[in-house]
Amino acid sequence: MNDSAEQPVIEVSELVTHYGTRKILDGVDMTVNAGEIMVIMGGSGSGKSTLLRYLLGLHQPTSGSIKLLGHDITKLSAKEVQELRKQMGVSFQGGALFNSMNIGDNVCLPLREHTNLDENTMRIMSRMKLEVVNLAGFENLMPAQLSGGMIKRAALARAIVMDPKLLFFDEPSAGLDPVASVELDELILRIRKAMNTSIVVVTHELDSTFRIADRITVLDQGKILMIGSVDEIRNCDNERIQNLLNRKARETNIDAEAYIRRLTAETS
Amino acid sequence: MATLASAIRQFTEKLGRTTVNGIVEFGYSITLFLESFYWLVFGYRRNQAVKVDSLFAQMMQIGIAAIPIVFVLSFVIGIMLAIQGIATLKTFGAESQVVLGIALSVTREFSPLIIGILVAGRSGSALAARIGTMTISQEIDALRVIGVSPVRYLVTPALVAMMIMLPTLTFFGDLVALLGGAIYSNLELGLSLTAYADRSLEILTVDDVMQGIWKSLVFAVIIVLVSFSNGFSVTAGAEGVGKATTRSVVLSITYIIIADMIFTFILTH
Repeated sequence: MNDSAEQPVIEVSELVTHYGTRKILDGVDMTVNAGEIMVIMGGSGSGKSTLLRYLLGLHQPTSGSIKLLGHDITKLSAKEVQELRKQMGVSFQGGALFNSMNIGDNVCLPLREHTNLDENTMRIMSRMKLEVVNLAGFENLMPAQLSGGMIKRAALARAIVMDPKLLFFDEPSAGLDPVASVELDELILRIRKAMNTSIVVVTHELDSTFRIADRITVLDQGKILMIGSVDEIRNCDNERIQNLLNRKARETNIDAEAYIRRLTAETS
Repeated sequence: MATLASAIRQFTEKLGRTTVNGIVEFGYSITLFLESFYWLVFGYRRNQAVKVDSLFAQMMQIGIAAIPIVFVLSFVIGIMLAIQGIATLKTFGAESQVVLGIALSVTREFSPLIIGILVAGRSGSALAARIGTMTISQEIDALRVIGVSPVRYLVTPALVAMMIMLPTLTFFGDLVALLGGAIYSNLELGLSLTAYADRSLEILTVDDVMQGIWKSLVFAVIIVLVSFSNGFSVTAGAEGVGKATTRSVVLSITYIIIADMIFTFILTH
């Protein structure tokens, strides 16, 4: 599978994380190769959004390591993480554009904070990126004046303004109509082609997953069920994965004892 | 018996949890304060200097935009003190001493306290609501992954702006309240404005004015830290933002009044 001599751009090993006392991720191992689109898939509560937050270095894991571009972000100093983040772009689920700024300023913000370019150059660069996402001419509008799809594309323009080596998407098609969703997928593919960015997408949308993925990681209850190519996942005979693909409801066996214990809230 | 025991257990559990949360919040605020100054002093070394224009924008919002309401409140308080002072001092036939009462109570107490409370309600709530909204819409996360420290970008400018503007507003309030007192005394006692001003300057020492200014500096820190720590801790959507806003205003005002008492006790001993 991985016959390129290049080092993987993302290497997660033995990642264990907790939320309070609850274990969310349980020994996750995965790698993403350079120029690859990796889709992290799973149902609600599978831990996929959590995995993304840890990949972004927003929390410290309980144990395990996360290597981005060869650096273990669980061990880096704040300053080194800050440097590393200049090579990462993130498109959040709701866009997370700064509501107090117009689109142009939003896209310019990473340039303003990290470079000493002059205003005109920054303007031109941000317009170029807005052009890539088909939002040319919208830079003077405020985020509140845009539609959901436009906000996602503007957020994408902000994510790629520093020409990142790594690009992360959290639920790119959430809240979009089918057409806008397809357009965004096309855009993701186009950006990969143009900039050879490695891309990690977290989603539960099957259509979108199969359109863009090179490889797919399937998460279930904090553990990795399978990592494989689109065909491998499709043809896999694991019941949980087939349920996910065929949109079948989970059948869970109820443990009567545990059920009673939960109801009576006895911890022992 | 069992119910009593469980009630006691629940009570101690709640007490413990509240205490721990209180300590955590206090520690968090102190960290926020230290980190803000870290960025102010060393930010440029890490290529993350605090931006002067965002500082000015905060100073406009917190300070300049509050001038009209500060003027009205201080003026009215000056008049109110003059009315009370003249009415009470009349019983001793010492109406002219009203100047002393107004001068000292305004500079030492009323101006910093009232303006502190006003700014807590006006800017503290705005800061908490803004940060809370930014937290739930992942804007804070977005700042962090862009590689921008939210403390440097959001807290430091607000903290510095507040620490400059609240004492400035307090000093401005001192002057306006004295003017209010002077105008009422002029109408009621026929004391001329110049005589009032002379008398006030005679009474007031730099210490009196500085006492109010120091207080307002402490209040400024309280307002910013309480607002931001509440804003950053919002988790539960729009309702959470509302709660954090209310909580930060109520807590700011409470801490301001308590700090004022402690300060007054120390400074008068």
